[in-house]
Amino acid sequence: MKANCWMGVHRVDVRDVPDPKILNDGDAIVRVTSTAICGSDLHLFDGYIPTMEKGDVLGHEFMGEVVEVGKGVTKLRVGDRVVVPFPIACGSCLSCDRQLYSLCENSNPNAGMAEKAWGSSAAGIFGYSHMAGGYAGGQAEYVRVPFADVGPIVIEDDSLSDEQVLFLSDIFPTGYMGAELCEIQPGDTVAVWGAGPVGQFAAASAALLGAGQVVVIDRFPYRLRMAAEHAGAQTLNYEEVDVREALRDLTAGRGPDACIDAVGMESHHGSGPIHAYDKVKQSLRMETERAHALRQAIISCRNGGTVSIMGVYGGMVDKFPLGSLMNRSLTVKTGQCHVQRYLRPLLERIRSGEIDPTFVITHRMSLSDAPHGYDIFKRKQDDCMKVVLTT
Amino acid sequence: MGDARTGTPTTSDGAGHATTGDPTGTDRRRGAAERLAKGLGWFSVGLGIPQVLAPGRMNRLIGVDDSRQNRAVMRAMGVRELASAPGILDRPRPAGFVFARVAGDALDLAVLGAALRARGSVRARVAAAMAAVAGVTVLDVIASAKTSRSADPTTGGGAVRAQGAITVNRPPDEVYRFWRDVENLPRFMAHLESVHGQGDVRSHWVARAPAGGTVEWDAEVVEDVPGSLVAWRSLDGAEVPNSGTVRLAPAPGRGATEVRVDLEYRPPLGAVGAAAARLFGEDPAQQIKDDLRRFKQVVETGQVVRSDGSPDGTRTQRQLHQREARPLA
Repeated sequence: MKANCWMGVHRVDVRDVPDPKILNDGDAIVRVTSTAICGSDLHLFDGYIPTMEKGDVLGHEFMGEVVEVGKGVTKLRVGDRVVVPFPIACGSCLSCDRQLYSLCENSNPNAGMAEKAWGSSAAGIFGYSHMAGGYAGGQAEYVRVPFADVGPIVIEDDSLSDEQVLFLSDIFPTGYMGAELCEIQPGDTVAVWGAGPVGQFAAASAALLGAGQVVVIDRFPYRLRMAAEHAGAQTLNYEEVDVREALRDLTAGRGPDACIDAVGMESHHGSGPIHAYDKVKQSLRMETERAHALRQAIISCRNGGTVSIMGVYGGMVDKFPLGSLMNRSLTVKTGQCHVQRYLRPLLERIRSGEIDPTFVITHRMSLSDAPHGYDIFKRKQDDCMKVVLTT
Repeated sequence: MGDARTGTPTTSDGAGHATTGDPTGTDRRRGAAERLAKGLGWFSVGLGIPQVLAPGRMNRLIGVDDSRQNRAVMRAMGVRELASAPGILDRPRPAGFVFARVAGDALDLAVLGAALRARGSVRARVAAAMAAVAGVTVLDVIASAKTSRSADPTTGGGAVRAQGAITVNRPPDEVYRFWRDVENLPRFMAHLESVHGQGDVRSHWVARAPAGGTVEWDAEVVEDVPGSLVAWRSLDGAEVPNSGTVRLAPAPGRGATEVRVDLEYRPPLGAVGAAAARLFGEDPAQQIKDDLRRFKQVVETGQVVRSDGSPDGTRTQRQLHQREARPLA
């Protein structure tokens, strides 16, 4: 089969690889019909997530048709149309019991690696490094899905297109959880750093959850325009305005009640020298994150407010404004999305027409064009927001 | 000491650690050696501080000419003396730093030897200082020999002991039944090829040896408390005498179980064998941790969890040599 493989920093290549096989009784094999490139795939592309091996199959946002099931699978049947959540969860451990699916205690066979970096391990993730389990991803014609009775949601309504439900695999629930963690009270101001796909869904979800005012911060006008149109957000271009001043103005001096970081480890800073400083340190592995957005989110948040971190981080960060966090009684909430928890309620919101996730899609291409998709997404060429690949 | 055997980590993701040696006699001998080493460490502090702060007075005390040059030498000796102290006082196993003291003594004696012949020295005082240093040297040699011997796994009975703990989301009774059925053990203990029960108490075990081949032995259950404890031991004549205990306790809330495992075995050729096994990548603490993670997977999900990068499931050795995350051919 064809699969999009990580071949080194800034190199992906669609190659012929063996078809996946059932390895555990609870596995299913899914023929992928649609898959997408995620902003977090760019962290792999740029080489900032450790423990990648040349030849790893990428991709953690995908859906398709079940073509084979292991003998332990009871809920899925061959022919089912499914969307698969990006974290792999066993459904039997204490974390899964608590619906903390992205912390599944059994799905990462390489937990020892993650323990070295993080103290304890989190769940395995499709196509996302060996410290996240070493699972082949879904930017491929076929993919093996472990614990098939636990993760995938069957889409029975054929009137829903792939594009409408594909983002249940990651970015819609991730953005939604980012907003949900803010415990939004009616009328709250929620600021979102990053107008990429997760930021778009975080902003739209904040509006759905009752925010009075949603403010989105980015530097690309096309991205800000989308947030204004689809989430009714106020927008701030950090290359043009002083973000902290502007946020204070919008909240009569208080600062936003909640701040969502939808940027993560490769953030960009409006000031050239500061950006260069962190980029050099990151390249020399003196820090693993460039956390400009997170720093500004913390500094900007109102006293006693909540900072929700949904952007991906991998290791250590410098110049973390802990004093601001501590002295101003801020609450930090974060985590890889517990996607399995959100599948049904969000599918319901899509079906009822409350939200149509297709608004983020700007590019559609064939799986074999994945390298081009990575390239334009990385460079934000041609107003690229979200690339969907079909097989 | 208190480094290796105290406390048992209890994260739900599992934890393991191992020690080599005989848990009783060796501990006492090592304790005495380390008390001597610590005493010498404090002696270094006591000598080094006046050497650095009052080199002139020290020069006069040991009978050498109190020249500028000699003060500098005395100060340097003091710095050297102080430098050896933290290494000894900070460390649970100070062998290397105690040996550094022996080297420092040799240096002191050489310098004093030169002073003995130098003009302006009071020979009787220098000779007395040399005698004092020689006395300390003897103590240093003894401490260095003892601490390094106690750090060396070839003495101390040659038993390897490894412990680990994990929390599983199943009630103690169920975990007990699973473990009590010894035929289940090879499902998660990577080194076991098979275990066959022969009645309720005895069993026959076949394990893979680190260098290839197999080792077999008979074992018996020696303690059995339903729901909370199973202990077993190999019968006399086993090539690799071994024993183990698993203790079960309810985890706070929710019907989960804390599992604590304690294994001990005597590899062939004692600790030399244990060291040889390490050369083959065998680390008992890591093994028990891996085994417990697989145990949790089997008890909670029914199987060892596999991925393309780790098709055999959790195995630390495998983590160092991952195959790429693409489907197996």
